[in-house]
Amino acid sequence: MAGNVAQANAEGGGRMSGVVDRRASVWQNKISANVKVAGSGSPLLFLHGAGGLVWDGFLDTLALRHTVYAPEHPGITEGDPDAISHLDNLWDLVLYYFDLLDELGLKSVPIVGHSFGGMMAAELAAANPERVSKLILMCPIGLWRDDAPIPNWMIVTPASDLPKYLFCDPEGPIAKQVFGAPDPETQIKMIWCMACTGKFIWPIPDKGLKKRIHRIKAPTMVLWGEQDRLVPPVYAEEFARRIPGSRVEMLDQTGHVLTLEQPARVAALIEEFVGPA
Amino acid sequence: MYISTFHLMPHRELPDDFEKRYKSIWVTAPFHELADAKRVGQFYNWTLDELIAAAKAGSDGVCTNEHHQNAYGFMPNPNVMGSVLARATQGLNCALVQLGASLPGTQPPTRIAEEYAMIDSISGGRLVAGMPLGTPMDMNICYGIPPIEQRERYREAHDLILKAWTSREVFPWNGKYFQLGAVNVWPRPIQQPHPPVWIPGSGSTSTFAYTAEHDYCYCFLSYFGYKSVSKPVRDKYWESCEKAGRDLNPYRMGFLQLVGVSETDEQAEKDYAKHVEYFYHKCLHVPPEWLGIPGHQDYRSLVNAFRNPAMASNFSKLKEKRFKDFMEDRFVVCGSPATVRDQLKDLCQSLRVGNLMVLLHMGSMPHDLTLKNIDLFFREVAPALRPMWEDEWENRWWPETLRRQTPKGVAA
Repeated sequence: MAGNVAQANAEGGGRMSGVVDRRASVWQNKISANVKVAGSGSPLLFLHGAGGLVWDGFLDTLALRHTVYAPEHPGITEGDPDAISHLDNLWDLVLYYFDLLDELGLKSVPIVGHSFGGMMAAELAAANPERVSKLILMCPIGLWRDDAPIPNWMIVTPASDLPKYLFCDPEGPIAKQVFGAPDPETQIKMIWCMACTGKFIWPIPDKGLKKRIHRIKAPTMVLWGEQDRLVPPVYAEEFARRIPGSRVEMLDQTGHVLTLEQPARVAALIEEFVGPA
Repeated sequence: MYISTFHLMPHRELPDDFEKRYKSIWVTAPFHELADAKRVGQFYNWTLDELIAAAKAGSDGVCTNEHHQNAYGFMPNPNVMGSVLARATQGLNCALVQLGASLPGTQPPTRIAEEYAMIDSISGGRLVAGMPLGTPMDMNICYGIPPIEQRERYREAHDLILKAWTSREVFPWNGKYFQLGAVNVWPRPIQQPHPPVWIPGSGSTSTFAYTAEHDYCYCFLSYFGYKSVSKPVRDKYWESCEKAGRDLNPYRMGFLQLVGVSETDEQAEKDYAKHVEYFYHKCLHVPPEWLGIPGHQDYRSLVNAFRNPAMASNFSKLKEKRFKDFMEDRFVVCGSPATVRDQLKDLCQSLRVGNLMVLLHMGSMPHDLTLKNIDLFFREVAPALRPMWEDEWENRWWPETLRRQTPKGVAA
């Protein structure tokens, strides 16, 4: 869950020019994947969370040193809401991403995944370790502890409570920017993205990663906001102890949407971890 | 006009401050704080007795439906109730309108084919087969179905049930959601090729189209009365029928209406005001966001809902309204027999409804008052409504043995 970053970014303005939408026909040509691409340098794949994908300052920073590929989750691409019906389950979705990597010509690539995208990044790295050179998990879902249940953001009640789960400062300017006064089109986008990602995690985001996670070979960094009230920071330890040699970075004064709350710090940590372009 | 009596089987004795103390009547309402198992047994028996009384008073059908983990209406399996009713209404011209068992949450769906066929057998062919999608609370939260899969599962379950009823051969079912190696259900329904199918809904455009395409009866379950939904029904449902090349037979349309009849309008207010308020304030006490869980509506219905937010805004304003408002907005039809007759005629004319369903027990209504309502309604109101449409149209969505007459001179 990445919150509704669409709104914040719509207002951000002045972003890097040169972000292009690249289409890739995959999955027996049933899905025309839309991938936002920008920057130059060695490739890096970014997988967004359940709130949707918008190119923001965080991705701009990564694109200064890398060619950043940010695919849209199937179903959320404008004009093609039914694409999601071609992927029945998590196994399909994992293989779909390998199709997409083939189509993009990425043999082995560092993957940065946020929340739902973090779970997918971990699944890809476990399914085919050779395709993932470095793994950066930003407050990923995918594991479950009964003593630290992850609230189901699709049914949070009242809905106005969502910022409390997502942001270090639920009343702060970033939260206000995201949840202030979203227009219907932005709301439809966010709801449909939750619907399309929810397909793979409903009703509890534990679909067996714990049985596969030991297969991850990529050097791994786990990033977490200390004030993440959606996916509690105890999960950082859960991921770290299951991925040998992984490193954990806890960010203070940060909630679940760390790419909006600490874009520079997060980007710097990733750049340092991934290494020279 | 065919008139059926609907019952939700609600908790009749919730505390006065229920909606202030608890977050929701659905999903999370704590049974042990709010209910007593023995008393609940009494509620079930009253419910059955009330529906049987309606059948004896001349109701053309009795309706039950499925909901889970709630005090709003807790018949987790409507077929348990339906089978009792099938037996108890033996010899009466009364249909068992199972409106019904939720398709996406029943695993495997052949279970519904079996149970419905049992009710059709026990009742001598009096079943109407309701095929509900289920609410988001029931299917997504309580039964764990991913919201975005709900409609697809529904459609596959529907196809499987119809094939299970009609196939002469044992067949394998290799579906996306259901795989069965040898389908050969016992028993089969008496009604051939299969019982009439009704699809309940609350206004999703995709359900309108699906119903029209399959030539079924659409049942609008609106608690917001007929005025607030008349435009979408007129514009979208009947338009869907025309697009699918269907006629305008009013029996394609069912509508559920809360109804209270008393001797006079003044007496009706005395009798029903507090129960109507209990229904809207307590029984519909559900967080609005649970009605719109992402994925429960397909993309087109989602976009449509955002552009026509009438339903959602009706829902969010319920707590501000009192009995007089519910009357004025025609959420409820209450009054003397003459008042109720006039308003129901207006409802059925304006929406083109041939299958009217009346909710004669509302919220906290006690058993005696419910029996009075049933008696007055079927003695003083129903006879005046029955002739509507009968000269022109045949109710093709009704068990054949219970149809009153074939209209003259019009192709059915």
